[in-house]
Amino acid sequence: MRCDQVAPHLGDAASGRSLLDGDERHHVEHCLRCQAELVQYRKLLRALRTLRTEVIEPAPGLLAEVLAAVESAAEHGAVVGILRGRKVVYVGGLAAAATAAAAGGALVIVNRSRRRIRIAS
Amino acid sequence: MPSDVAALVSAAKTGDRQAFDELVRQTYAETYTLAYRLTGNEEDARDVTQDAYLRAFKGLKRFRGDAQFSTWMYRITANCSATHLGRRRRHRHDQLFDDAPVADDAPGTSPELRAEAGDLRARLTAAVDRLPPKLRAVVMLRDVYDLPHEAIAAELNISESAAKVRLHRARRQLREDLFPLPAEEAARAV
Ligand SMILES: [Zn+2]
Repeated sequence: MRCDQVAPHLGDAASGRSLLDGDERHHVEHCLRCQAELVQYRKLLRALRTLRTEVIEPAPGLLAEVLAAVESAAEHGAVVGILRGRKVVYVGGLAAAATAAAAGGALVIVNRSRRRIRIAS
Repeated sequence: MPSDVAALVSAAKTGDRQAFDELVRQTYAETYTLAYRLTGNEEDARDVTQDAYLRAFKGLKRFRGDAQFSTWMYRITANCSATHLGRRRRHRHDQLFDDAPVADDAPGTSPELRAEAGDLRARLTAAVDRLPPKLRAVVMLRDVYDLPHEAIAAELNISESAAKVRLHRARRQLREDLFPLPAEEAARAV
């Protein structure tokens, strides 16, 4: 068995997700080059795993953009609902509307079968 | 309103918009981080993050809850980023894709000098940035975010064997970048 035949399996072996087969193990036990690669893969994979806990802070404004896009999609969904024959009402009249304006809106869809589906609060 | 992610997901699935907004608040930085790692730049990462939450919002009812919400978002983000980069590639032939040679972004800096500069983590980040996007995506999703090959293949719209080949190439390139051969061995290897 040659180094280039073993090489494709060293990364997975280093990750612990798979084992080398008998021939591959035998080769690595006697090959300093493959042993060195195995050590390097272990270091690499350990370093990659540490990236999981790292958070790249987005520039300001992203959260607002995402929430606005979701709001717009929700509005669009509500309009489609109306066009498909469901009534959209604000719950609780003016007082609720004032609260809803501050809290982002409380919409309830009432379809013609009188089933109430809450789509936003 | 509930504060933990699982309860927020349950509430959002019933149509509770505030719960969904709170989910976005709690997870957007992590989603952006993955998007940034997959696309390699801020502008694309912002677009991908927004697309991912729109898709999550529209598809939340289909989220079965047998996976974690974070894993579900990783998959959506991976898929959005593949779509986004694919669209851009069609617009301008992206020289960085797949088999194209990888540009050395630090001309004049030998591997030895690069190896000495900074710690492993900093060098790793730089090495990841040098990977072609398609290789970077697979190694990030597999070795950082722990997605199975099957999920990676599905979201990147490639076969599982292609995902495995890309993973091997990405790892090899990172390893060679981080642990360059000593000059005399490199000369012999040529
Ligand atoms: Zn060997």
